[in-house]
Amino acid sequence: MAGKRQTAIIVNGVTENRAVEPRTHLIDYLRDELGLTGAHAGCEHGVCGACTVRVDGQIVRGCLTLVVQTDGKRVDTIEGLSDSGELADLQKAFHEHNALQCGFCTPGMLMAAQDLLREKPDANRDEIREYMSGNYCRCTGYQAIVDAVEEVLAARKQGVRA
Amino acid sequence: MNARAELPVVAPGTRTDTGYIGKSIPRANAKRLLQGRGAYTDDLRFPRLAHIVYFRSPHAHARIVHLDLSKAKQSPGVIAVFDGRAIATVCTPWVGVLGHLKGIKSAPQHPVAIERACWQGEAVAAIVAETRAQAEDALQLVEAEWEELPALTDMETALAPGTPVIHPELGDNLCFHRELDTGGVDDAFSRADLVVEETYHFGRHTGVTLEGRSIVADYNPAQHTLTVYQATQAPHMMQDVFSRHLNIPEANVRVVTKDVGGSFGIKVHVYPDEVAAAAISVLLKRPVKFVADRMESFLTDIHAREHRVRARLALTKEGEFLAFEIDDLTAIGPYSVYPRTSGIEGNQVVNLTGGPYAHKQYRARLDVVFTNKNVTCQYRAVGHPVAVAVTEGIVDLAALKLGMDPAELRRKNLIADDAYPCTSASGMKFELLSHHQCLDKLLALMDYRKLRAEQAELRTQGVYRGIGLAAMIEVTNPSPAFYGVGGARISAQDGATLRLEPTGMVTVMVSVTEQGQGTEAVFAQIAATVLGLTMDKIKVVTGDTEVTPYGGGTWASRGAGIGGEAVLQAGKALKSNILDVAAAMLNVDKSTLDITANEVFDKITGATRMPLSEVGRVGYFRPDTLPMTFQAELTVTRHYTPRTYGFTFTNGIQASLVEVDPDTGFVKLLKHWAVEDCGTVLNPMLVDEQMRGGIVQGIGAALFEHCIYSEDGQLQNGNLADYLVPMSGEMPDMLIAHVSSPTKTSELGAKGAGEAGTAGAPAAVMNAINDALAPFQARVTAQPFTPEKILRALGKV
Repeated sequence: MAGKRQTAIIVNGVTENRAVEPRTHLIDYLRDELGLTGAHAGCEHGVCGACTVRVDGQIVRGCLTLVVQTDGKRVDTIEGLSDSGELADLQKAFHEHNALQCGFCTPGMLMAAQDLLREKPDANRDEIREYMSGNYCRCTGYQAIVDAVEEVLAARKQGVRA
Repeated sequence: MNARAELPVVAPGTRTDTGYIGKSIPRANAKRLLQGRGAYTDDLRFPRLAHIVYFRSPHAHARIVHLDLSKAKQSPGVIAVFDGRAIATVCTPWVGVLGHLKGIKSAPQHPVAIERACWQGEAVAAIVAETRAQAEDALQLVEAEWEELPALTDMETALAPGTPVIHPELGDNLCFHRELDTGGVDDAFSRADLVVEETYHFGRHTGVTLEGRSIVADYNPAQHTLTVYQATQAPHMMQDVFSRHLNIPEANVRVVTKDVGGSFGIKVHVYPDEVAAAAISVLLKRPVKFVADRMESFLTDIHAREHRVRARLALTKEGEFLAFEIDDLTAIGPYSVYPRTSGIEGNQVVNLTGGPYAHKQYRARLDVVFTNKNVTCQYRAVGHPVAVAVTEGIVDLAALKLGMDPAELRRKNLIADDAYPCTSASGMKFELLSHHQCLDKLLALMDYRKLRAEQAELRTQGVYRGIGLAAMIEVTNPSPAFYGVGGARISAQDGATLRLEPTGMVTVMVSVTEQGQGTEAVFAQIAATVLGLTMDKIKVVTGDTEVTPYGGGTWASRGAGIGGEAVLQAGKALKSNILDVAAAMLNVDKSTLDITANEVFDKITGATRMPLSEVGRVGYFRPDTLPMTFQAELTVTRHYTPRTYGFTFTNGIQASLVEVDPDTGFVKLLKHWAVEDCGTVLNPMLVDEQMRGGIVQGIGAALFEHCIYSEDGQLQNGNLADYLVPMSGEMPDMLIAHVSSPTKTSELGAKGAGEAGTAGAPAAVMNAINDALAPFQARVTAQPFTPEKILRALGKV
């Protein structure tokens, strides 16, 4: 096995200095090394979106990203964005619309939704469905998720105007 | 009349709030999941936890000539390696049969295969290491020599003479055979004005829970106890299985189910690799974890619904159904799954086909055969999607031949709403269904006439839309007739323990589990309503065999109806006991007291007498102030078993609107409607999105999902990139409505709702596609309906 490599990664605002095997994926580092178990491994080849986290503001698949690729970068997870309150309105809308059942996809779904809200603030319902199509949910019919995102999108636009 | 002259509906001072039942209240337990602070089994952390990976057979059928684990054993971090014989020293094999499925047979199955593997993916060795990565590294060092055996993969040849028998000791490849005949079927077909027949194929598919199967087993040799953290739907069933097969006293086995990342029937079965994990914990005397990765999930999570059904329907020229006849052949893999068996799905197809209709004659034949593919077993809606697609497919074909509107043909034949109680041709007993109310509501909801007019208009412009209907019945709230009578140690009853805490809160402990469907939320709603508490005073606990009463768990759309009734009855009993204490404290007649908004009040004056916290304080800390002969009982347990009917049937009807592109074969889902009668609706928001999720799963089966095997038994698309599942982009908006016919078998009146969406959607989509294809005289009958199949039907490829 190749030797470990030292990394310094700013995870949810805290610099984590860890020696990691170069082959380690970001999702395994977050879950196993740091105990941040909010993001989940679902398909382990980039299809389902359950492991979605943010690296320097961009959403990435934690199962396709090697942790060494994030050395020196800022990584944000569901835990950090919950504590900071950044996702509070989305989380509230998901809760009120019951836009989750088992919740396994939800952290990734919220990451994708927040990205949509920032990148496509004028998205219509079809565009929301399209944008969220990289995140698999087996429990809901997606409709409640789309409803929740649509509501927050409208509310945030209202907020900007107000 | 002057309104003021009317008498008030209720006496002044009467508190009239109806509580929380029927209200769309968000689930309290969703908050932790929204913050990524759930506790799925793979999220749990344990000291000295070791990680298991399995070496699995690369062949569909092969004898293990030689298995060399020595190099793997030397790999860094490896703690131990085990073959099937080593596991068998502490764990007995099982056979998946049930007494009431007459003649069902299967072969003994070991947790890890010994001598022979019978499907691609069957575990033949376990490697345990300090980390999962190290265990996977060692996996590459396993050396196996195989003698390939003939692989049986085509179910049509399973019973043919000359086909090799997978388990020679069983004599043939037949797992289960059933025939049902009401008599008079041949006569009905001979006097029919019209006989339609068609053959339907169903692609084997699977549940694809986003969370893979997960287990942590922790054996403590000092006390001979086994604690298992497992993503399961049936903790008590698993407790029994671990106890009996590992020879540990039942009370020493504790099964804890924390958050579960989706189940849908996938996680209600006994899986060899999970039982092996428990055995390995016993052998190593330390906690071990096994989590199925995605490829293992595709190879070993139960598959379902590989059926070929030939169907016939006899009608009069007026469209009256005279008789149904089906011949169902289904393949289940090399073993009948333990302990529910793999015979139930086909059995359900026999029971349910033709179920919504009033015909009297019916004949069915079922053959369940072994093959060398992964095992199949009960997956969400068990048999219903097959039975509903066969029934509704052939009904639509009949409508086409008769030139009759499909909705009208159904109206003519659906069992009348005033005909209950009654028995179906297959012998199913119906308490109260509402087919006609549901049909009327559906047609109004979708504006059926307008859609038909629009469809006709668009056809003239070369746009091919189709409308598909699917009426259905659904098995819910099963009695012990489902499994218990067959000898399976699977409980059809559930229990609820309610405890008043000293501060006036109530803890509700229920044997039904939560997988996200909202079990805990509706139990809280029921408890709060019955007790007169606000929701914030209720805490629900599920998923721990050491804490909750004994019960069946979550399957067969039973949680709300059975567990909910147990909560209701326990709530009534606890309330009575609380009022006993209050009456003793106040020295008044108990009948003058009631509870609302967390307070005991005087029913006559409406005056508040005390908060429940006062009852708790005195009951627990100052019982010395109560009469000498009085003992406060502030914890109660009640159980509930549905027994009046074998199953509490529900009914519903769905409609799908699609557009088919005849040049590409692509199907665009435009909209979907469902009207469902699940009796008392406990939380409309939860029911509706659960219906939608079920519909989407059914759409997946109809359009995308298929476990494709090669002729030699290799799964060709066992990953999420190649096995297609529904994503948000392709899914339509879905309108859900309800008709409510509460069951009188319980005070709550709730029937099940969890599987109806999946049961009906494939048929609705199939009928919609065929309706769109009607101008081309083309039909598709083999799910999933891929563009290729549609183009073939159109003769374009």
